[in-house]
Amino acid sequence: MPVDIDIAKVAKLARVALAAEDLELYGRQLGDILEHAELVQSLPTEGVPPTSHPLPMTNSFRPDVVTPSLDRDDVLSQAPDHEDGYFRVPRILDGGEVPADG
Amino acid sequence: MTSGYEAVIGIETHVELQTNSKMFCGCAVDFGAPPNTVCCPVCLGLPGSLPVPNQEAIESILRIGAALQCRLVDYSEFHRKNYFYPDLPKNYQITQFDLPFCVDGTIEVDVAGETTSIGITRVHMEEDTGKSLHIGEGGGRIHDAKHSLIDFNRAGVPLVEIVTEPDFRSAEQARAYGAELQRIVRMLGVSDARLEEGSMRFDANISVRPVGREAFGTRSEVKNVNSLRSLQRAIAFEVERQIGVLEGGGTVVQETRHWNEATGTTAGMRSKEESEDYRYFQDPDLVPLVVDAEWQGRVRASLPELPAARRRRYLGLGVDAISAGQLVDDEALGAIFEDAVAAGGDARTAANWLTGEVVAYTRRTGIDPADTSLEADHLVALEEMVDAGKLSATAAKDVLAGVLEGEGDPATVAAARDLIQISDTRVIDAEVEAVLGENADAVEKIRAGDGKPIGFLVGQVMRATGGKADPRMVSDLIREKAQAES
Amino acid sequence: MADLADLTIAAAGVGLRAGEFTAVELLEAVTRRASVTEAHLHAFLTLDQDGALASAEAADAALARGEDLGPLQGIPLAVKDNMCTQGIETTCGSQILAGYRPPYDATAVRRLREAGAVIVGKTNLDEYAMGSSTENSAFGPTRNPWDTDRVPGGSSGGSAAAVAVGSALGALGSDTGGSIRQPAALCGIVGMKPTYGLVSRYGLVAFASSLDQIGPFGRTVGDTAVLLDGILGFDPHDATSYRGEMPTVAGSIGVGVAGLRIGVVAELLDKGIAPEVAAATRGMLDQLAAAGAKIVDVSLPAADYGLSAYYLIAPAECSANLARFDGVRYGLRVDGGTTEEMMANSRAAGFGPEVTRRILLGTYALSAGYHDAFYGQAQRVRTLIRRDFGAAYEQVDVLISPTTPTTAFGLGEKTDDPLTMYLSDVCTILSNLSGDPGISLPIGLDSTGLPIGFQVMAPALGEEMLIRVAAEVERLAGFRERPALATSEVAST
Repeated sequence: MPVDIDIAKVAKLARVALAAEDLELYGRQLGDILEHAELVQSLPTEGVPPTSHPLPMTNSFRPDVVTPSLDRDDVLSQAPDHEDGYFRVPRILDGGEVPADG
Repeated sequence: MTSGYEAVIGIETHVELQTNSKMFCGCAVDFGAPPNTVCCPVCLGLPGSLPVPNQEAIESILRIGAALQCRLVDYSEFHRKNYFYPDLPKNYQITQFDLPFCVDGTIEVDVAGETTSIGITRVHMEEDTGKSLHIGEGGGRIHDAKHSLIDFNRAGVPLVEIVTEPDFRSAEQARAYGAELQRIVRMLGVSDARLEEGSMRFDANISVRPVGREAFGTRSEVKNVNSLRSLQRAIAFEVERQIGVLEGGGTVVQETRHWNEATGTTAGMRSKEESEDYRYFQDPDLVPLVVDAEWQGRVRASLPELPAARRRRYLGLGVDAISAGQLVDDEALGAIFEDAVAAGGDARTAANWLTGEVVAYTRRTGIDPADTSLEADHLVALEEMVDAGKLSATAAKDVLAGVLEGEGDPATVAAARDLIQISDTRVIDAEVEAVLGENADAVEKIRAGDGKPIGFLVGQVMRATGGKADPRMVSDLIREKAQAES
Repeated sequence: MADLADLTIAAAGVGLRAGEFTAVELLEAVTRRASVTEAHLHAFLTLDQDGALASAEAADAALARGEDLGPLQGIPLAVKDNMCTQGIETTCGSQILAGYRPPYDATAVRRLREAGAVIVGKTNLDEYAMGSSTENSAFGPTRNPWDTDRVPGGSSGGSAAAVAVGSALGALGSDTGGSIRQPAALCGIVGMKPTYGLVSRYGLVAFASSLDQIGPFGRTVGDTAVLLDGILGFDPHDATSYRGEMPTVAGSIGVGVAGLRIGVVAELLDKGIAPEVAAATRGMLDQLAAAGAKIVDVSLPAADYGLSAYYLIAPAECSANLARFDGVRYGLRVDGGTTEEMMANSRAAGFGPEVTRRILLGTYALSAGYHDAFYGQAQRVRTLIRRDFGAAYEQVDVLISPTTPTTAFGLGEKTDDPLTMYLSDVCTILSNLSGDPGISLPIGLDSTGLPIGFQVMAPALGEEMLIRVAAEVERLAGFRERPALATSEVAST
C-alpha cells in the first residue's frame, strides 16, 4: 500500500511553494517511493547501532587561529538584494523577537 | 509568594565564547566590525562549504561543564536543527541534541544566607546566528517592518548553552545564579559575559503550582532580559502574573513572552501557526567527539579557583562575607588583596580598606582599581604604619586616599600631608602632663572612677599637638597618670 | 600526427616532456574536439577558454624552466559543475544557481591547478547530482556518445561523455549512489569512487554528505589512478577528511591477480541484470580465474535493502543540505511579500522535479513521528550492510559485479516513474553506504554497440588492491573501442 502523506505540511516545512496539482502529484510519488523504502522496516535491527559516518573518525578539529575573511564586495557580489553593506530581504513574518501587541 | 502558590523556574543561558575565531571557520570573533566584513564561505553558508570545529571552543565548554560539576561525557555528537530563517545561513543550526558535552551538574546559589543547590541539566555547544535589523515604521520592531537587513558577522560565533533543572523557587535565586554563572564564566576566561552586549543571554522558563502539588503547571518562556536586574524583575512579574491568571479562574498559556524593560511587564508573542519540527539528525559533516579520561582530567586540573571556593578561602582568612563577595567579583580588587595577603598583610584589614576606601574612590572618580596607583605593597606598608602607631586609623584612610590620587607611597603621603602621629613617649608625656595640670577637677573625676572626662582630655592633647598625637597612647597615658596622681 | 585529443593522460605527459607538442597545442586539440562534439552531446555547461589558455601557457613555461609539477601538468581536464571554481559559473545544473560565481575553489580543483592541470570547463550533470541520466539538468540533457538517443548516465554524465570523446583527457565527477561509476559504464570509460574521506569534499556542493565523494574519470585505469593521486589527501577544511596514511596506487598496475580471491556478489547478479551484461561479467570472471585468481561466491544479504536505505538516507541529508538555497545571500530570488514567501517561491521556481521530490521525501523521513522508523532504521540497515561487507572481505580481496543492470537506456525511457530510474543504482549504491571504494571499467560492447561496465569493489583504503585488479581486468578485456563521435572531423553531409 502506498504511504499516505500530508504533503502540504511537508512542503511548508521544506519551504517550497507548490501549486495544488503539483502537491498532489508529489504526494502520490512520495507515497510510492516510501512504500518501497518501507522494505527496510522489515529488517530486524534491534541492538544494531546506526551508521552516520562510513569511516570511524573522531575528534576532527581545527586550532583557534584567525584566517582572512572574504572581502565584503565578494560577500555581497552574488546577493540578490543588498543595501549599505547588509543583505536585504522582505519583511519577516514569523519574527519570534517582538511581542504581538507591543 | 501569595496565595499558597510556589514558583518553579528554570534558566537557559547562552554564553558567547571569546575565542579568536568562530566555531566552525577561521573568521575572527569581532563584534565591532562593519556589517558582513567578517564572513567566509562557511559562515555564510555558501554552496560547498564545510564546518570544522574550533578546538579551543571545545576546551572552553568542557571547562564550563567541569566548573559546574558536570559529568563530561565520553562520547558526544553535533546535530543539525533544521528551520528556515534569513539570519541562519544554512537554514539549519549546528548544535547538540541528545549527546551534549556536559550533563548532570550542580551549582549553589546563596540568597540572604540561605543556600540552594541548583541542578545543571546540560551544557552544549552551538553556533550563533547572524543579526537582523528590521526597517520600517515602528522603530525596529519586526511586524511593522517593510524589509529587513541581515548582517552575518555574528553567524558562527561559538555559543554555549547552559540549562538548569527547574529548581529555582524565587526570582532572587535566579538572579543570584545569573550573577554566579557570570562570575564563573569570567573567571574561566572563556567569555566576558556582558549581558548588555549580548555575550550572555538569559531565558527563563516559569510556571507556578499550588504548594504541595508535585505536578508542574504550564510554563511560559520569558525572553529579552538584558541585565541581572531585569532577570529578577521579569521572573517576579511573570510569577505574579501567572498566579493572577490562575486565581482569576483562567489557565496559563504555554507561550513565549517578551520582557519589556520600560513597562516592567511581559507580553505574549504572536504565536506561530504550527510549532516547529526541527528534524534533528546527526550532522554528517562533523565526526563524533570522544573526550577520554585523560582529557577530562586535564580539563579539571586546568580549572582556576572558582568563586565559591575563593569566597570560602577568604572567609577562612577572616574576611567578612560581604567583603569576600566583593573581592571575588572585582578582579582588580581581588588581585591587590591576594598580593597584599601574600606579602604578609592582614586579610581583614586589607579587605576593609579595599572594599571601603578604594571602592568609594573608584565610584567617585570612575577610575578602575586596576588603573589607580595603588599597589599591594602600599596596603602592607600602611598596615605597618598603623601597627607602629605612626598613623591613626583615620589618618590611614587619608593616606590611602593620597596613594590612590597618585601622591606616592604611604610614607611619602603621610609625610607630605603631615599625618604622622606623634608617638614619641616623651613628647606625649609632656603634653599630657600639661593638660592634666590645667584640668585638675577632671583628673579628680577620673580618679573617682568616672571615665567620661578622658575623652575631653584626649581632645585637649590632640588640639595641643595639632591632632598628631597617637590618641590611643594619649588616652592610656591620661588614664594612667590621672589614677596614679595622688 | 594522431589527434592529440585521443591521447591518454599518460601518453600526453610523455609527449609534452619529449617536446613533441605543447600544452597549448594539446588544449587546442581538445577544444577542437569539443567544438565538433558539443552540438551532439552537450557535455559542457561552461567552457573557460581564457582560463584554460592561461593555464596551458603557464604549464608550458614551467616545463621550459624545468619545473616538473607531475603527470597532470598541462593536461586538459573537465570538472563537474557541482564543484566550486572561483570566479567561474557553477550551476549544479540548477536554475537556482544560474549565473552563480563562487568566491573560492573546491580543494580538489585547487589541487589540480597546483599540479599544473588545465581546466577546460564545467560539465553537465543531473541537478544537484540527483539522477542517473543527466536528464534532470535544468539546462538540457547530455547525450551518450555511443548513441545520441541514449543517456550517458548520471549524475556525472557530462564529465563521462567529455572524456569518452576526448573533449577532455580526464575529468572529475562526484559519486553519491553511483554517479561516477554508472556514467563511466554507460560511456565506456573508467570511473572511480574513492574511499570516503580520501578526497576533500570542501567545495563540492553537498547532496548527501555521508555518501558524496569526488572521484576521477579517465580512459584508462592508469589515467584514473594518476588523477586520483592528484586530488586525494587530508584537507583541514573538511572535518570528514581522512587523517591517516594515504593509499598509494603506484606500482599496483601490472602486478596481476594471481593468488587473489575475487568475490562475486550473488545478490547483485540476479537483480534484473540484462543477459548480455551478465554474460560479459561471467566471461570476465572466467578470464580472471585463468589469470590465477580464485573466484568465490559471496552473499551480502543486506544488499537487497541497499536501495531502500539509500533512498531514505540520501534525501534526508539533501533536504538539509539544500535548505541554504533560499534567495537571501545568492542564487535565484523570486519575490514575495514576506521573506517566508520569497524563500518558498524561489525554491519552487528554481528546483526541478527530482530535486523537489527528494527534498520533500527527506523532509518527511526526518519529521517528527517518522524519524526513527525511516531515517533511523535506514542508518541501522547501513550498519548491517557494512557488517556484510566486512564479513565478505574476510573471505575475499575484492568484490565484483556488473556496474549497472543494463547498458545505456534511451532518453525519456525512465523519466515517467522515478522508481524505475532509481533501480539503475542498485549495484553501485552499496559502496556509498559502506564508504568503500569502487571502480567501473569497460569490458566490451553489447550487440547494439553499447559499452558494458564491470565493477570492482575493495575494502576501505584498499585503493591499491582495487587498481591492481582493475588494471588486470583492463588488460584481459583489451577494450580499445571509441565511440564514432570521438573525432574532430566534421561529418560530411
